[in-house]
Amino acid sequence: MDGLLAVTDLEVGFATESGLARVLDHVNFRIGRGEIVGLVGESGCGKTTLARAILGVLPANSARIGSGAIDFEGRNLLDEDTASLADDVRGRQITFVPQDPFSSFNPVFTIGAQIDELMKWKSPAAEHGGGMRRYPRARRRADRERVLELLRTVQLPDPEAILRKYPHEVSGGQRQRLMIALALLPEPKLIIADEPTTALDVTIQAQILKLLRRLATDRRVSVLFTTHDLGTAYEICDRITVMYAGQEVESAPSDEFFAAPRHVYTTRLLQSLPSREHGISGIPGQIPGLVEPPSGCRFHPRCDSASAICRAGRPGVTVVGPDHLVRCYHPVEGGAGEAAA
Amino acid sequence: MNRVSGATGANGSGGDLLRIEGLKKYFPIRNAWKRRIGWLRALDDVSLTVAKGEILGVVGESGCGKSTLGKTVMGIHRPSGGRVVFEGNDITDTTPYEARSLRRDLQYTYQDPGASLDPRWKIGRSLDEPLVIHTNLDRAARRAAVRGILEAVGLPEGHLDLYPHEISGGQQRRVGLARILTLQPTLVVLDEPTSGLDVSVQATILNLFLDLQKQFDLTYVFISHDLAVVRMICDRVAVMYLGKVVELGRTEQVFDRPRHPYTQSLLAAIPQIGKGRITETFWLEGEPPDPGNLPSGCRFRTRCPRAEPRCADAVPPLVEHVAGQADACLLSAGG
Repeated sequence: MDGLLAVTDLEVGFATESGLARVLDHVNFRIGRGEIVGLVGESGCGKTTLARAILGVLPANSARIGSGAIDFEGRNLLDEDTASLADDVRGRQITFVPQDPFSSFNPVFTIGAQIDELMKWKSPAAEHGGGMRRYPRARRRADRERVLELLRTVQLPDPEAILRKYPHEVSGGQRQRLMIALALLPEPKLIIADEPTTALDVTIQAQILKLLRRLATDRRVSVLFTTHDLGTAYEICDRITVMYAGQEVESAPSDEFFAAPRHVYTTRLLQSLPSREHGISGIPGQIPGLVEPPSGCRFHPRCDSASAICRAGRPGVTVVGPDHLVRCYHPVEGGAGEAAA
Repeated sequence: MNRVSGATGANGSGGDLLRIEGLKKYFPIRNAWKRRIGWLRALDDVSLTVAKGEILGVVGESGCGKSTLGKTVMGIHRPSGGRVVFEGNDITDTTPYEARSLRRDLQYTYQDPGASLDPRWKIGRSLDEPLVIHTNLDRAARRAAVRGILEAVGLPEGHLDLYPHEISGGQQRRVGLARILTLQPTLVVLDEPTSGLDVSVQATILNLFLDLQKQFDLTYVFISHDLAVVRMICDRVAVMYLGKVVELGRTEQVFDRPRHPYTQSLLAAIPQIGKGRITETFWLEGEPPDPGNLPSGCRFRTRCPRAEPRCADAVPPLVEHVAGQADACLLSAGG
């Protein structure tokens, strides 16, 4: 597949009171053009940190980027200067849909005023180069038309009225539709959606997933979709990458991923999902702390198949199928049925 | 009552531990001058029963009244109408003195046990407190009881000397559960007991609920928005929409053959790995109406794809069209 974004060997730590938390441990990750990739993992696995690293919004005072590269259309985002990133990449070529759409709006301005402010800087017609400029009236009028059209596309009822409302006056589902519309407005190449449906009810979640899938396909936008919920990932993603405690462990096309998972952690995670066929089985133990993480494969303390080599060093990437990568010394055998069950 | 006996009265044994009859809870809606401008009908004429030893699931989306139901049963909210009968006694209007002895048998777990533990108290003290209030045990007997319960919920004894912030979310749930079980209740209302947990932890907590139920002979009312979990562990399930129970019946029947259009849409919205993708198949449009300004008749009719003019005329009653499964839809009477 035609590559859009490739993260190679990225290492990110956070300075904490008890020492450096190794939140991303030499992570590799990529997204093709027009592809929806799910970044799946439990809390503390580093999925949000990876998303933020790509956006370039890691907290400057505590984050330590050790090594690695984030290659976006041939440019390494880690080497670019912050001004050009802010002007050209963030909010234009890469946009963001947050988990909680409420706290992302300013409560004291109308939605329309906040969209105007965004369009002043980031509309596709806006010049590059920043600076305090006025907002030409002709462009404002053209932008307003685009905004209304897009709000209709995301199926918001009565878009003109919504622009006059304050954020608290619209429902959670509508706010998330607005966020998706805002993320699409600058005509980006990549949308980073960080758990966009976690705060929503299940019927609203289904509507939002359906909408996001349709818009991404129609406009050929790539989506990085982080979630803790394998079910949600199944519904929307073309390919899935699983992370555990700061390491990516498996990556495969969605159908293959659910039919024949190969990493021990992935199979155990799938078994943790409530299902009538196999009952419920959790994974014993806890997610490790990241200040002094386990050596080698970080899953080894909770893994039944772990052996001495798992503790000694992190397994390399093994290609086990078309586009199916796994980092495990003892991958589960590929007999699809029993692995998925 | 006899209208829905099969679905609401479990197994016809007559061993109802808890009976809720026409329960109502209205909250006033006030304007900026504190004048009442309407009522938010969070619970509107809800009737159901819970048999001894069963797990009743209460599901629905946010704002459907499922937590209000749990809290009204517990006496945390005072009902606006209707009756709650627990072990044969009407507990709707109890004096504070009577309520205290009742609470030993009837317990409630909050959604976030981390927030319901005092951050400045060690776990041991939090577990000791209910025994001090409700029993006359001496210090040594209380210590023994606390140790026993800690072991039952699968926590090491060393945790007695830790503060809540020093343990993980899954462990906090275990402590919250231990705190309730020290009093040996008969009925426990679990309000979203697994929300916010990772799936691998959630699975161990669910297994713990089932183990404890056997060990302590408990009855659960399991309030959750997670239908996959409810399907796993509940015997019967009540589906709520905007303050009304729209479908009530045995779990496998409701999940395999849902009759109410809302239940059908709710089930269609759950991601199911290996089945058709909801991004291609989901059909429900729109969002729930404002609960302060409900539509007439059936409350789901504004979103229902099968709605007919007569749905606006009357509130459909909960009727048992199939043995063991009742639903409140005018259209399901015909077929």
